[in-house]
Amino acid sequence: MTKPAEISVTAPISDNLPKEKFNELSKFIDQMETTDGALIETLHKAQNLFGYLPRDVQLYIARKLGIPGAEVFGVVSFYSYFTTKPRGKHTISVCMGTACFVRGADAIVEYFKEKLSVESNEITEDGLFTLKDVRCIGACGLAPVVMVDDKVYGRVKVEDIDGIINTYSEMKVGKNENKNN
Amino acid sequence: MARTRTNILICGGTGCIASDSEKVQKNLELIVKARGYGDEVKVIKTGCFGFCEQGPIVKIEPDDVFYVRVGPKDAREIVDEHIVKGRIVDRLLYREPEKGKIDKQENIPFYKKQLRIALRNCGLINPEDIYEYIALGGYEALGKALTQMSRDEVIDEIKKSGLRGRGGGGFPTGVKWEITKKQVSDKKFIICNADEGDPGAFMDRSILEGDPHNVLEAMAIGAYAIGANKGIIYIRAEYPLAISRLNTAIKQARELGLLGTGIFGSDFNFDIQIKYGAGAFVCGEETALINSCEGKRGEPNYRPPYPAEEGFWGYPTNVNNVETFANIAPIIIKGSQWFSSIGTEKSKGTKVFALAGKINNVGLVEVPMGTTLREIIFDIGGGIQGGKKFKAVQTGGPSGGVLIEEQLDTPIDYESLTEKGSMMGSGGMIVMDENDNMVKIAKFYLEFTMDESCGRCTPCRIGTKRMYELLCKITDKKGTLNDIDALKQLGSMVKGSSLCGLGQTAPNPIISTMKYFWEEYLGFIQDNEHLSEEGKYKYGH
Repeated sequence: MTKPAEISVTAPISDNLPKEKFNELSKFIDQMETTDGALIETLHKAQNLFGYLPRDVQLYIARKLGIPGAEVFGVVSFYSYFTTKPRGKHTISVCMGTACFVRGADAIVEYFKEKLSVESNEITEDGLFTLKDVRCIGACGLAPVVMVDDKVYGRVKVEDIDGIINTYSEMKVGKNENKNN
Repeated sequence: MARTRTNILICGGTGCIASDSEKVQKNLELIVKARGYGDEVKVIKTGCFGFCEQGPIVKIEPDDVFYVRVGPKDAREIVDEHIVKGRIVDRLLYREPEKGKIDKQENIPFYKKQLRIALRNCGLINPEDIYEYIALGGYEALGKALTQMSRDEVIDEIKKSGLRGRGGGGFPTGVKWEITKKQVSDKKFIICNADEGDPGAFMDRSILEGDPHNVLEAMAIGAYAIGANKGIIYIRAEYPLAISRLNTAIKQARELGLLGTGIFGSDFNFDIQIKYGAGAFVCGEETALINSCEGKRGEPNYRPPYPAEEGFWGYPTNVNNVETFANIAPIIIKGSQWFSSIGTEKSKGTKVFALAGKINNVGLVEVPMGTTLREIIFDIGGGIQGGKKFKAVQTGGPSGGVLIEEQLDTPIDYESLTEKGSMMGSGGMIVMDENDNMVKIAKFYLEFTMDESCGRCTPCRIGTKRMYELLCKITDKKGTLNDIDALKQLGSMVKGSSLCGLGQTAPNPIISTMKYFWEEYLGFIQDNEHLSEEGKYKYGH
């Protein structure tokens, strides 16, 4: 998913990441009993704070924990839960668990890709949506399932997708503040 | 204190919450209060009832009336009609296709053939209240083990019960405990494997959401038996609800001294910590899981040494699955003889299955070992959706294989499923109907294992990729008979030479679909027109 090329050693460190978040991360690490084996926990915390794990955050963690940056990146790139790309305002997760797959989730995800003109794990041009295919969110009784942020849409048909996308696009321009489900 | 005359139980599992059960609960509470019944009627959020297809589920106790697909707007009618006037709300009852409506849970066919041991408290108690667990005999087994049994007696009891690992391996649990106990070390660990990676399986999640103390208690019993003082629950970060319920449960158990120092007045100390996974299927393998617990990449190690000898930070470590733990307390209380009287000769007790796919009753079922697939799919599962024809069932998730019509009367146990070319696995059971193309199903699973291969060993890293490419070539109708041969050979090579279970089982979906649906592979090759309609998924279903 993540290619090493995305992280350049020579590129300057950007300063557009909020300082307060680094402070909070620092506090989180400082109050830990031991930092032995705490890398994954720290990354979870960092992703919660920043929304993703850009290079600077990874390097910050490496220095703070006293381990090589390569080790941090090795763990980040190993686990699919961690992402090095920023997320859109809304995350659309299409469940691709087996239960959803046999009930037609592949057609759903294809239609989303076409409609938003993105691939999985990409952000739309307007920054509004990130499309993700996820492995089983555990609502197999409602298959196929689509989740937008925390809201679950069950027994989704391809015909429903335009409506779902519109609900969130319209929220942006303020035409419709209410989610209609 | 006012006595409660009626309890309204509402399912608070992930599936039902996804269909708004929290709003239903809130409305029920508000209306009960508004009608002045706040003192005598209690609304209780429980764990998963298992009948996910019909969720959200509301059950009225002690009337034992079972309402299905309850929406937030139905709350008023349930309170006004049922609670106030004592009249059952007809339109919310479960309807059996042939027999019509059924009001009581015990009469619903979905529940009739089930025997609930691991799921005994799911859908019955409030998982966020330790006193409800204790009221149903919770922590009695831990008390018994600590005050009346020696460590060897506990291990002996589990060994005699015949309990085997429910994560899929099927290794005898008592023997595993014994090996860990025999190690001499100043520190030992017990780990609960809650990294449920099989997509479409949700047994462990439902147990942790519905009855978290069950697992904590069993971990303490296991820790006592092997001589560990620290427990770790390794759980997927994708299960936020289970994590929050576990945290609540651990806090409550600590407050009551059921975790901590000197438990039940003995000299046994034990505490539990939660570690989060981050989305890697291979972390269900125990050595990979231990690496991940240590904050590293979750790659498996060569075995031996086994974790029982050298595990977490090099100390002897015992890893058991959630469902395995869920069986421990009942065995300690009711005895090994009771447990081993259930099931088949070599597989004792029950097994939980997550039934999903093209089946009428998607949900969680627990049946005695030895139940046939036909009973599970047709009697409990209610048969195939939309009256279609049954084609195959995949057990064991991406590591398993398909079973067909002729094998439906196989009694389920570890050996029989392996013999038929599939496996028990952790309990995922995906049903497919006549419209599903089995080559595409195999391709789906291979894409999954290819994605999830950790890259440590070559056969799995490269083999899964090449097999996936061959499958793509075949389904794109560009394949030749040579490709099918290559696929077959590659399959047996990857199976024989991979380091861990992921690679060793990855070719199973291909091997088993080739065995039973050979003509579907050929269909992609010899006859370009034949499958064009069927091979393409139409939008929607």
